[in-house]
Amino acid sequence: MLDPTMEFFLDPSRCIGCQACVQGCSECDTHKGTAMIHLEYVDRFESPQTAPVVCMHCDNPTCAEVCPADAIKKTPDGVVQSARKERCIACDNCGLACPFGVPKVEVTGIELMMKCDLCYDRTSIGKKPMCASVCPSQALFFGTAQELKTLRPQSQAINEFQFGDQTISTKVQMLVPKTDGTNPIDVTGAMASMSVDDMMMDGLYE
Amino acid sequence: MATTPINEQAFSEKYGPTLQYSTGASIDPGLSPDASVDTHCCFCGQQCGITLNVKDNHVIGFEPRYDFPFNKGKLCPKGIKRYLQGGHPDRLTTALMKDATEPSGFRQASYDEAIREAAQRIHAVQEQYGPEAVGVLSGASLTTEKAYLMGKFARLGLQTPYIDYNGRLCMVSAAAANKKAFGIDRAANPWSDIVGADVVWISGANVAECAPITTDYVWQAREMGAKIIVVDPRITPIARTCDLYLPIKPGRDSALFHGVLHLMIEKGLIDEEYIEQNTVGFEALAKLVHAWTPARTAEVTGLNEKKIHEAADLWGYASTSFLLHARGIEHHSHGVENCSGAINMVLASGRIGRKNCGYATITGQANGQGGREHGQKCDQLPGARDISNPEHRAFIADVWDVNVNDIPGPGVDCYEMMRKIDKGEIKALITLCFNPKVSLPDNTFVGQALDKLDFMTSIDFFASETAQHADIILPGSLQEEDEGVVTQIEGRVIKINKAVEAPGEAREDWKIIQDLARLLGREKGLAFEGPAEIFEELRRASAGGISDYSGITYEKIDKQGGVFWPCRSEDDPGTERLFEDGSWNPIADGAGPFYFPDGKARFICAEYREPTEITDEDYPIILTSGRVVSQFLSGTQTRRIGPLVDQYPEPLIEIHPRLAEKFSVEDGQWARVETRRGSVTLRVQVVKTIRPDTLFVPYHWGGKKSINQCTISAQDPVSKIPEYKVCACRIFPLTEEEGQAAHA
Repeated sequence: MLDPTMEFFLDPSRCIGCQACVQGCSECDTHKGTAMIHLEYVDRFESPQTAPVVCMHCDNPTCAEVCPADAIKKTPDGVVQSARKERCIACDNCGLACPFGVPKVEVTGIELMMKCDLCYDRTSIGKKPMCASVCPSQALFFGTAQELKTLRPQSQAINEFQFGDQTISTKVQMLVPKTDGTNPIDVTGAMASMSVDDMMMDGLYE
Repeated sequence: MATTPINEQAFSEKYGPTLQYSTGASIDPGLSPDASVDTHCCFCGQQCGITLNVKDNHVIGFEPRYDFPFNKGKLCPKGIKRYLQGGHPDRLTTALMKDATEPSGFRQASYDEAIREAAQRIHAVQEQYGPEAVGVLSGASLTTEKAYLMGKFARLGLQTPYIDYNGRLCMVSAAAANKKAFGIDRAANPWSDIVGADVVWISGANVAECAPITTDYVWQAREMGAKIIVVDPRITPIARTCDLYLPIKPGRDSALFHGVLHLMIEKGLIDEEYIEQNTVGFEALAKLVHAWTPARTAEVTGLNEKKIHEAADLWGYASTSFLLHARGIEHHSHGVENCSGAINMVLASGRIGRKNCGYATITGQANGQGGREHGQKCDQLPGARDISNPEHRAFIADVWDVNVNDIPGPGVDCYEMMRKIDKGEIKALITLCFNPKVSLPDNTFVGQALDKLDFMTSIDFFASETAQHADIILPGSLQEEDEGVVTQIEGRVIKINKAVEAPGEAREDWKIIQDLARLLGREKGLAFEGPAEIFEELRRASAGGISDYSGITYEKIDKQGGVFWPCRSEDDPGTERLFEDGSWNPIADGAGPFYFPDGKARFICAEYREPTEITDEDYPIILTSGRVVSQFLSGTQTRRIGPLVDQYPEPLIEIHPRLAEKFSVEDGQWARVETRRGSVTLRVQVVKTIRPDTLFVPYHWGGKKSINQCTISAQDPVSKIPEYKVCACRIFPLTEEEGQAAHA
């Protein structure tokens, strides 16, 4: 059973793209050699910014809702699991429907959906997930709400996300600066209004 | 003759680099390890705690070590995958002897045959040319016990002054500047002081990639309200979200420090009381920086003048601060002056020697700190003692039970040793934990020099590019195959624990060195039972010195989770923070907190100097080099670990779109970078995150992919560090066919 006081927080502004999470995730006994976490450059030409994506463990998981085989289950403690092997038909509906782009079919070469399960083998026995254990920048943080309050006074945790007409609430929480936090985060809206400062040219001698 | 094998392909088929992935025991989920050993990572100076899982004498995996206070479980990708060295197919398990009849250039030999032959050849060179004809190159990834032994072996076992180490390429500029200003060379503060600082100033340190765990300390400081200033020619991941970014022109750091100090003085943002009571030399420095107006500073540093004002205000008005720097300001022909500039800014602010007021260089290698304290440096004896100082010599002669005249005088730095090899003054070479063929600048010259040796032997666990030159390769030990102490980034002495036995005929490096000494008939003082016994002598040899380890024991390290040196007696818990008010040291003897007779720190006054090679019509672009997060140093270990190689497989030429357009190169295209030393053909990565007058190439690769074919061997006159961070180059676009052909 997951310790109900322990929560997963994600702060992309801290991410340094080192891939410790990816390398650590690929050490899991159930999917050795393959990472379930996704880490990508947002636009390497513009910036070294990277975005780590773990399964957000939605309260009403879209992946489960669209699964024609009813293969995706949530544990009583709120962890959305990988598709059950005996049920998964590898149709990739979950992968296409998940607003965060988390589930992947064929990740381990066995034509079944697999995804981040919050290191249930570790977290259910009181250990921290591997990615949040190793993360050098602590962009991935696993701890109590009280620890968060002490350690991240500039941040607020948000767990509602707006994708067009769909509002999604999640178990995993996103940390955003208190100064510009909105709940829910308008994800699609933000994508449309993205602008990049030219940090390099601003600093050069003229 | 120490020439490389004729058939490179035949060599690499046998000795790699082979990419190792998880197989066998390391992917068997039902397997429970025979042992789980609490130890530390083998790579960088942070020395993260890690637990290694062992099965059948192989390291098969790891578990985060949440109990070690520095990293509390955190690890970078290198630390996570380091276990893949266990049972690696490239691992040397026998000795190898050069054999022209073998396609790979080497034949396997018994350890006994190889060590006898090695000793005989060294003996022959010394008989013919004298003891000084043999040189030793060692490394700062060795445990402190081994580093101590290497120094003693060279001086007593070989009777040669010629020993130096690869820390010469690491933080010697910082070390020299620290000694000049403070009289001691160690991080002044524990990293916990970063978190409480109002301002964190980071100059020339790609923290996120080269000291990844330090990132959390910096971000935590920011979360508590700190402003982060990053000075770097590239927008590194730590620069991306900093509060103030200064894209400095490579090689101009001391000018920036002068310019900031100029503004601090002008605006009255210096701590006059602190300067008066704790320092000497400020007046001369104030006079010097008076000429460094913001306009002049901006022009020289290539920075927007507004940014210099902002930096001076943030730094000047802060009440607590931490300044960090690394190779970015140190790898210069004026590296010591750059570091002195940084220290001047710290001293003038009065923010040192207190909680949350700190300064440190970010040491690069596993034992960058401990490896530079106990005698493998060419001018040094244990305890950070000076080999030219008669009192220091007498003290060590007493510990070693030899006549003081039996200890040779100072040698020369490792690059000067290469020049001596080239000139035929050094005829035989012993290397351990050093891969100069990849890591030294202008490495075509290095290869040619090594080819001239009468005899060369390398102690190695994998056959590095340097070992390929050797006549005899002796199979040494990986970090997890031996025990001993190292001193990490903060000055904390920690213990490496043995997890497995060395495979086959491979064995602990100290055994090989002692075997050589014995076969040379010089086993006196070089017949230790093991690291514990070496450490006991090292404690005595360091007693009363600046790097005083005399109160440290393996047990105390275990009990306290590490011991910060100086630690001067059994009941001394160690010294976490240096220069605290009222603190005692043997040089000042109560006069003040700094390590000079008057107890005061020194402002170092040095006029700005340009890099050795500046751009011109023929070579119009600045070339700078550095690291990536997934590789470590010369790549001897990390280029054999599959998942790390996959993360960043090949070195790329980083270039700004403006420069790329000017020289007609496109993202993903092949291009050739040329300098006056040589050229390298690699693919291009076009990014807006580098200055538009600078190219960056990481240095972890050997052979045709090595950027050190191009770098300059100019050195700092004091520290002798090479100028890796700036030289002049040009770039030419190549077709796909031309690019492929260059690597065929």
